[in-house]
Amino acid sequence: MKSFLKYREIWLLAGIVVLIGLISTRFPGFADPANLRQVFNDTSILMILALGQMVVILTRSIDLSMASNLCFTGMVVAMLNAAHPAIPTPALIVIALLVGLVLGAINGFLVWRLNIPSIVVTLGTLTIYRGATFVVSGGAWVNADQMSPDFINFQRVVLLGLPVLSWIALLVIALFFLVMTRTAIGRSIYAIGVNPTASVYAGIDVGRTKFIVFCISGMIGGLAGYLWISRYVIASVEVANGYELNIIAACVIGGISIAGGIGSVGGAVLGALFLGIISNALPVINISPFWQMAISGSAIILAVVLNARGERRQGRIILRKAEAA
Amino acid sequence: MTDTPAPRHIPDRLDKPLSSAIFSWEALLVIIAIAIFTVNSFASPYFLDPWSLSDLTFNFTEKGLIALAMALLIISGEIDLSVAAIVALASTMMGMAVQAGAGTPVLVAIGIVVGLGCGAFNGLLVTRLGLPSIVVTIGTMSLFRGIAFIILGDQAYKGYPESFAFFGQGYVWWVFSFELALFLVAALIYWFVLHRTSFGRRVFAIGNNPVACQFSGVRVGRIKFILFCLTGLMSGIASVLITSRLGSTRPSIAQGYELEAITMVVLGGVSILGGAGSILGVVLAAFIMGLVTFGLGLLNVPGIVMSIFIGLLLIIVIALPILWRRLREGRFA
Repeated sequence: MKSFLKYREIWLLAGIVVLIGLISTRFPGFADPANLRQVFNDTSILMILALGQMVVILTRSIDLSMASNLCFTGMVVAMLNAAHPAIPTPALIVIALLVGLVLGAINGFLVWRLNIPSIVVTLGTLTIYRGATFVVSGGAWVNADQMSPDFINFQRVVLLGLPVLSWIALLVIALFFLVMTRTAIGRSIYAIGVNPTASVYAGIDVGRTKFIVFCISGMIGGLAGYLWISRYVIASVEVANGYELNIIAACVIGGISIAGGIGSVGGAVLGALFLGIISNALPVINISPFWQMAISGSAIILAVVLNARGERRQGRIILRKAEAA
Repeated sequence: MTDTPAPRHIPDRLDKPLSSAIFSWEALLVIIAIAIFTVNSFASPYFLDPWSLSDLTFNFTEKGLIALAMALLIISGEIDLSVAAIVALASTMMGMAVQAGAGTPVLVAIGIVVGLGCGAFNGLLVTRLGLPSIVVTIGTMSLFRGIAFIILGDQAYKGYPESFAFFGQGYVWWVFSFELALFLVAALIYWFVLHRTSFGRRVFAIGNNPVACQFSGVRVGRIKFILFCLTGLMSGIASVLITSRLGSTRPSIAQGYELEAITMVVLGGVSILGGAGSILGVVLAAFIMGLVTFGLGLLNVPGIVMSIFIGLLLIIVIALPILWRRLREGRFA
């Protein structure tokens, strides 16, 4: 039982249950399974993005360009759809994945081959990708009436009680879980975060692994690009502006250490759900949506304070010994 | 086989031959600045007008003020992503004070004190609780701007007194605006503090090896706390300038400034990993960013496309010395 409580995901899950309980006292319908399914569906995109960000953060890197990647890829597939409605939606999803992969590979290449810190690279590509969205679209929007019905409705089709969007999220979660816990690359990603030097001696190609995680986060950004555009049925340069920090916030709340090496798929998913529940709950319990930002800010700070207690490494105690002597 | 290692010679002062000055980061920035300046003056006939050039400075002075303090913070190995949110919160507080009938001196004081308070809050969380600054300030970024949103919602504060307009719109002499004068004075002060005092030396030392500093008797926590306060203070001052220039406050004011300020710092040659950098580089980077945005603006290039140039500039300027070194090593290997 004690070892069970050691997992921070359990505490986060307990926090989420308490949160849902509290909301239910103000709005009884919130804990209704149908509503919870709705919340899950609403949070799907954030969950997917948080998983992509997680693998990057685990290797002591960061990808600030995910939201811009999402915006660019979303615009590309929306324009393709508007120009050629005949292209089937699954093909567009594959295109979105590929475009995202290319953008991610650019980040990864700069980090891998030129050894530029990832925060600098992605700070640059954050503005470049969003600017590129403007260049390809000429500043124009792609509206709902320009998109084909199939493009919009693909993710809304209900299969076995859940919309396709939720199924995609579940599929991505399952894939990440398998990769992170059952494969060599998953192990390497954790190893690099815990100790990059030891990883080199253990035969892990640190640079190449970082390249791979940026490719993963890029593909995730691309996938989320299609999902976002078809969900909110508008593609513009402003899509998901500033969202990169929400994604990182979900990871931080989920207990993923920014210092690398600590974090889990479950944590990232729960962190995203926590933010999703707050944004879904505020309107139904009559709190102005303007409170959302301050609440998630407080949640981030609280999460860091709580997580830091668990992960603080044993410092050197040379001084203390000397004092005692 | 002898065990005694060769005596290590560590010079008190590194040689500074002319060649190292020519190939320094600052020299690269000066060349880029001159190139952009020349291209701009050929591209647009309006560019070389003194008043245009004066307008140009408004593009970077506010962010530049923040970047000066941010440079010290990044050199010490920390970062502050909440600066733009501090600007928003300080501006909101000034707006509230205006509604209560406060005069210009009170407004300025409120802006500065709120900035300082926010910076101290960040500093306490990072130094007292030992938390990573990038995460803490992502949190406080949402918190500070969130408070501004709670107070203002979709409203705006207006009605700032006329004398308040001087800070963002006034001129000290001829085409030299108050903002530019303040930026240059602040740059001089920061240059002196970072490069000519023991405090500055400690900031570099902390960035290079915080543990060694701790053992050498440098109060790492206290110095970092002071740096966070300084960054908050500069954000507060920037908030006064922006609010005065715009004459109104919305909770979305200064959105995205944190990334632009950090871009300036990194473009200025400050290592994002800490321990290296110079104020001169940051000032040059501020001018370059101002030149790029203004020059492209004269050519009717939309702001979002300019951001591509800034992003490319950032990556290329960082990548160039690395590629250059590789090329030379490859040749001499």
